[in-house]
Amino acid sequence: MTWTLIIVLSLGAYALKAAGLVGVGVRDFPAPVRNVIALVPAAVLSALIAKDTFTNGQDLQIDARAVGVAVACLAVWRRVPLWLVIVLACAATGTVRAIS
Amino acid sequence: MGRAKPSSKATDDWSGIIGPALGLGFAVFAFGLSFGVLCIDAGGTVPKAMAMSLFVFTGASQFSAVGVIAAGGSAISAAAGALILASRNAVYGVAVAPSLRGSVPYRLFASQFTIDETTGMTLAQDTPARSRRAYWVTAASIYVFWNLATLIGAVAGSNIDTERYGLDVAFAAAFVGMLAPLVRSSRARRVASAGAVVCIATTPFVPIGVGIIIAALAALVGLCRGTEPTTAGSTGGRA
Repeated sequence: MTWTLIIVLSLGAYALKAAGLVGVGVRDFPAPVRNVIALVPAAVLSALIAKDTFTNGQDLQIDARAVGVAVACLAVWRRVPLWLVIVLACAATGTVRAIS
Repeated sequence: MGRAKPSSKATDDWSGIIGPALGLGFAVFAFGLSFGVLCIDAGGTVPKAMAMSLFVFTGASQFSAVGVIAAGGSAISAAAGALILASRNAVYGVAVAPSLRGSVPYRLFASQFTIDETTGMTLAQDTPARSRRAYWVTAASIYVFWNLATLIGAVAGSNIDTERYGLDVAFAAAFVGMLAPLVRSSRARRVASAGAVVCIATTPFVPIGVGIIIAALAALVGLCRGTEPTTAGSTGGRA
């Protein structure tokens, strides 16, 4: 977590926001670009879920985190408010660790 | 989340804006707390956590970067993954541009707040005036709550045993919540499944965090013709 990383992220994130609102503005991106960008969050978020649940560094691992994420999936499916989804998932993982 | 009930009375221009905006602010509070705590856990400091929330200000990317660093990944893979995830904000910028017409300095300032929640609220309004108002009210609410929560989380973070309380699954749980509204189409579901599989399959063989970047390539199926995927208007996700 270096300052260089934080500065790169700050400038990069801002540049992307401004590219849309100021750069492209009321015109629009070409359709193929728009389609790809629209699908990026689905690919990346699910990859992040997989990483945070089943990996430890470069190792694959199934542990108490899988229980927490399963609880989160169930809670989201039941339309539980998001802050409560986080609380329930953390509580489930913490509980499994405490009793195992 | 980012939906406001349009007001039935045209005269009452603030109804359906302030309530949902505060509700969204409250919702991001839990995300911000987790971010602050885990940023410290990943070796950050309170000023670094605050710089992330004040200047990067797009939650999923902040989570992603901190998660990659916490897992032992390089700064380059952390930055690349986070910025790929932030690319959707460019599409959001285009989506809210008609509601934020004005001088270049005005739009440059407004750009910092172009995220899931503000876009969702802006697009949910029925008149241009209400859209503009919804954008700024939501921006203020999210910015204040997100940064306040980050500060509290970061200050408390050094005294919290994150594994004991299961806080290491906070990001994954938040990502599940962000993903759910994005996978309404079957195409998006296939892309999401591919992303997860690619990440798991590549993790043992590539540097930490690079699996995320490779997984993003699944979105390239958007280049194929077929059912038109949801466009910028479908902002179901969060920060």
